[in-house]
Amino acid sequence: MVGIVLVSHHVKIAEGIKELAAQMAMPDLKIIAAGGLEDGSIGTDALRISEAVREAQTDAGVVILADLGSAVMSSETALEFLDEEVRRNVKIADAPIVEGAVAAVVQASIGGTVDEVLAAAEGARDLHKC
Amino acid sequence: MGDLAAALIAVGEAIIKNKQYLTDLDSAIGDGDHGLNMARGFEAVVVKLKTGTMIQEVGAIMKLVGMTLISTVGGASGPLYGTAFLRAAVPSAGKEVIDGQTALLMFQAAIKGIKDRGKASRGEKTMLDALEPAQDAFQKTFEAGKSLPECLHAACDAAQQGIEFTKTIIATKGRASYLGERSLGHQDPGATSSFIMLQALTQFCDGSKEAV
Repeated sequence: MVGIVLVSHHVKIAEGIKELAAQMAMPDLKIIAAGGLEDGSIGTDALRISEAVREAQTDAGVVILADLGSAVMSSETALEFLDEEVRRNVKIADAPIVEGAVAAVVQASIGGTVDEVLAAAEGARDLHKC
Repeated sequence: MGDLAAALIAVGEAIIKNKQYLTDLDSAIGDGDHGLNMARGFEAVVVKLKTGTMIQEVGAIMKLVGMTLISTVGGASGPLYGTAFLRAAVPSAGKEVIDGQTALLMFQAAIKGIKDRGKASRGEKTMLDALEPAQDAFQKTFEAGKSLPECLHAACDAAQQGIEFTKTIIATKGRASYLGERSLGHQDPGATSSFIMLQALTQFCDGSKEAV
């Protein structure tokens, strides 16, 4: 199953989305939160993200969901620290992090490929709420 | 570690000293954390450079600084400046002294890294508005056969003019872009931190007879 990494500036946001999305997940799906800095301050840390990707890594690949601004830039930086063969199967979703995470987790749980999980996450951009 | 570590410690201390100034600039047009983030990153850098093992190789020192910034700054300036130092580690790998030619290659690699990472270009009210003119001035001065400190002075002057230029343009990248025209009249915090780093490096070289 495709692993999911959640990147937020805030440790609680990443952990919270992980809990929320895990409600929809198969028990063995890997969802790894990479929120905040090591000391708990607000921010994003490319090294933490690359560790999270390694932890989430399976043969099927990894999809990263990120919140604002530097979360995407740090995720892109994190990819540079991965081996080429790992990196090839890691995708950063251009998606809202909460809705995208839930959609990605559902798609990953039913055995979707990394591209299908990415598409599911990015499809969340078009979800209408009212 | 020798002169390079001392130079980078001076750069770090200049950023730490300007923490409030950078934060004030960022509060005007951004989320007000640039000084705080940069100071946190460079405090970690200074500690590592002071307590670090006896690394002499320029590339290894640049990597150490880059990795530290990437994991401690927290905001967009972390991956941006971090990538700049990591890229500068490539042309300086295996060297123990930085000559003018190496410095130019490092400067170019660093700025290319920032452009790749931020997908930004000059004129968008970012650090590139200080750094690109600085790089051009450095290169011109170097090609005119001048010394490394002279190249740095030229770069520094160009970066300072670049900061003035950022007051006249609207931000289209980063948090300040949310402000649109209200960003006019304000100088860019990222361009300012770039200038502060260049200035500290230039002052360090003025005080030291040998090239870093």
